[in-house]
Amino acid sequence: MSAVVTTPSVSRYRQPTRRGAEVGLLLLAFVVGAAAYVQVDLAILGHLASDTVPVLLAIAALLLLAHVAVRFLATYADPVIVPAVAALNILGLAMIHRLDLAEAQRAARNGGVAPSPDVYTQLTWTALGIVLFVAVLVVVKDHRSLQRYTYTAMFAGLVLLLLPLAPGIGAEINGARLWLRLGGLSFQPGEIAKILLTIFFAGYLTVTRDSLALVRTKIMGIEFPRGRDMGPLFVAWFISLGVLVFERDLGTSLLFFGLFVSLLYIATQRRSWLVLGAVLFITGAVFAYLAFGHVRLRVDVWLHPFADEADSSYQIAQSLYGFASGGMFGSGLGQGYPQLVPYAKSDFIVAAFGEELGLIGLMAMLVLYGIVVERGLRTAIACRDVFGTLLAAGLSISLGLQVFVVVGGVSRLIPLTGLTTPFLAQGGSSLVANWIAIGLLIRVSDAARRPDAERVSLEDAPTQVVSL
Amino acid sequence: MIRSVRRLAVVLGVLLVAVLANLTYLQYFAAADLRAQAGNSRVLLDEYSRQRGPILLGSVAIASSIPTQDQLKYLRQYSNGPLYAPATGFYSVVYGATGIERTENSVLSGSDDRFFVDRVQQLFAGRGVQGGAVRLTLDPKAQKAAYDGLAGRTGAVVAIDPRTGAILAMATSPSFDPNLLSSHDPAKIRAAYDKYSADPNQPLTNRPLTMTLPPGSTFKLVTAAAALETGRYTTTTVVPGPASLKLPNTTKELNNWSGTACGPGGKTTFENALAISCNTAFASIGLDVGADALRAQADKFGFDQSFEVPLRAATSRYPADPDLPQTAMSAIGQFDVTASALQMAVVGAGIANNGQVMSPYLVAQTLSPELQVLQNAEPVAFSQAMSPANAATLLGMMVTVVDAGTGSNARISGVSVGGKTGTAQTAPGKPPHAWFVGVAPATPGQAQVAVAVVLQNGGGAAEISGNKLAAPIAKAVMEAVLGR
Repeated sequence: MSAVVTTPSVSRYRQPTRRGAEVGLLLLAFVVGAAAYVQVDLAILGHLASDTVPVLLAIAALLLLAHVAVRFLATYADPVIVPAVAALNILGLAMIHRLDLAEAQRAARNGGVAPSPDVYTQLTWTALGIVLFVAVLVVVKDHRSLQRYTYTAMFAGLVLLLLPLAPGIGAEINGARLWLRLGGLSFQPGEIAKILLTIFFAGYLTVTRDSLALVRTKIMGIEFPRGRDMGPLFVAWFISLGVLVFERDLGTSLLFFGLFVSLLYIATQRRSWLVLGAVLFITGAVFAYLAFGHVRLRVDVWLHPFADEADSSYQIAQSLYGFASGGMFGSGLGQGYPQLVPYAKSDFIVAAFGEELGLIGLMAMLVLYGIVVERGLRTAIACRDVFGTLLAAGLSISLGLQVFVVVGGVSRLIPLTGLTTPFLAQGGSSLVANWIAIGLLIRVSDAARRPDAERVSLEDAPTQVVSL
Repeated sequence: MIRSVRRLAVVLGVLLVAVLANLTYLQYFAAADLRAQAGNSRVLLDEYSRQRGPILLGSVAIASSIPTQDQLKYLRQYSNGPLYAPATGFYSVVYGATGIERTENSVLSGSDDRFFVDRVQQLFAGRGVQGGAVRLTLDPKAQKAAYDGLAGRTGAVVAIDPRTGAILAMATSPSFDPNLLSSHDPAKIRAAYDKYSADPNQPLTNRPLTMTLPPGSTFKLVTAAAALETGRYTTTTVVPGPASLKLPNTTKELNNWSGTACGPGGKTTFENALAISCNTAFASIGLDVGADALRAQADKFGFDQSFEVPLRAATSRYPADPDLPQTAMSAIGQFDVTASALQMAVVGAGIANNGQVMSPYLVAQTLSPELQVLQNAEPVAFSQAMSPANAATLLGMMVTVVDAGTGSNARISGVSVGGKTGTAQTAPGKPPHAWFVGVAPATPGQAQVAVAVVLQNGGGAAEISGNKLAAPIAKAVMEAVLGR
């Protein structure tokens, strides 16, 4: 008898965790982001700002935290997603820092006191976002457990979505009623609602997809769902119209409806949902255009950006000038005039990047978003359960749609909306919510790429996980 | 479900491509148009964010940019604004740039393609892009003499080096202060500009180059040149010079200023006709030579086209199709003949330079930000207006004008000076324009300066005003150039 212990060939194959690749990519993201941050200092001040090194160290520590959390809590997760969003987040910090310096210079010229830098606030929100990202990985051991909260998520999501309409705590900023104001803090609950509703859509469609897909009636040769099955679609439509009308936000409205219709299509694989959704959306949009002055104004400004340059179309005109003056290669960080565009740190941060990094730099950043969305959809495809597929697809699609709506808006491809650029723009609620969404995506991705051998142990656990 | 996810991935991919295509349009194809839009302040901010190069005379900067604390980072300053204003022009946030500031903008702003290497170096050295320098041909002493001579009058002076065409002086009066138009306060700029615009003496007009007036008797130089070029005239040729000449085909008569004949028996010599500026003699010479020959001669001196020095000068004119009386009047610089001070200086310079007319120029050198020479001006011949022999003859006749004729006030002791006075009638009741064209030293091919002075509606009633008012200014400028 041979004493050699033979291991079965199956278990000799080990699914690579790719954590090493993640470290390398995170390092790259940090180097690129830190270089941008330093370049801002050198271009504007000629030397490093006194706080640059501590800020960069804090960012490095946060990236390390994110990586360690993924390594131990989601070992098999996709290695590209976190570095890609980290790079965007740091670039956002660098641009906010750049605009802080511009404001400080302006204040110095006018003999005033420099406003406190926004980059600290944004860095604090980044820290909170990454801590919550880790918290998601700690708390949600298995994404399937979220399905239990399908209707809780719906209820909480709707409440958050409609909360800004409540008198007293709701606040209107720049014409959109999307904000909660409590004490000195303002918060955009729609961002969190986006995640909760994605969970709801995924859970709801996991259960109802068969009846939605299979029971059909024929109208004029095309199969359509039964009236009663179409109820939820109409509910979603009315809610998104409500958002458009009462909160005056075209972007959020488009995002929710687009997300819901996309998930319906994925769940049922019936293109008729897309047709129905498109018809409903167009109807709603035309109705909104005819009925509401603020929607008409948005469209007019979109069609004629230079007609009322001094007033209503000032923002979009300045944004377009920024893109144009950036040209192919950009002015270089710290060497353009992004501060001429109103809300350059938040709504128009993409125009700031377009001006200073040029077409090439901005394309690279948009491709980074594209990579995150693509990895998310890949996760959806690889996921073994319906809920996970819908959840991953929903999170990815909402990210992709949001970037399209924002970038398309500031570059005048579509009318301007009030959405924020994920990870780049100044704004705590958006940043925190997006890091939470990435936490969920990483969680699903870990499950999708985890080898079967390790999954078995989970089912042997004393408390059995209900598998669906 | 996999298939539908894939399809949605394609849809999102299409959206990404749409965004990228739109950005490409915006940042590449439409970028130039958007940059040029009036509402876009970036181009201006960009230009002001660079240190604009100086305009130099020798090693002295007459225009330079100094750093400031406001949003437009550099302020343009003119060390002796009104003196050099017709050359430098201004550099205004509100009204753009004029003069050398405009024509040499690519060098001064640093955007010239020849600075590509400098720009790359500056980029890596972390320094801001700087503009190059422009060195002018002006002679500070001559310019000052010209400007001081014009003080209190309305007029212009241009002095040229006949051998090269380099402009040694170009002064205007009244002038303006470019500092007031180049500040960073739009309200103050507008106020100053409105004040200058409303001034009836038009201080913003670049008189040396752009104001064309009837040249009066100074145009007799051109008529004389045409006459000599026919080969039928010498200094001693006897020409008719009655007290008044009946113009052909009319009942009108042309009178001499003096009201008397130019010589005994109504006759005089060609040389003396120029010396005493005999109108009836030159009217008959003009009729003898003919309008076509006069125009051809005028055009050889630069009439009917415009010099770019590189500032664009106004076109001096010889009338297109004059009849006989008009030809006679044109021959003495009246009717529709008009000339700028630059043009008349060019006429004097051509005669002094053996008949060869050099193109006038104002920029001697362009320099890199490190003050290394990018380009030296190379004198260019414009034409051979007359034969060297005829030019020498005419130059001698000009000396007679100063030594024994109407131009006595231009005499400089120890230097032979040639000249020609002029008094051009304008509208009835208005004082005439007083002219003087001078060259010194009056040695063929070796003259160092040709100068033209015009005082707008500045003279008294008679021919003497050219000598009385304009000649002393010309003399002062020539003395300044000759170092006397």
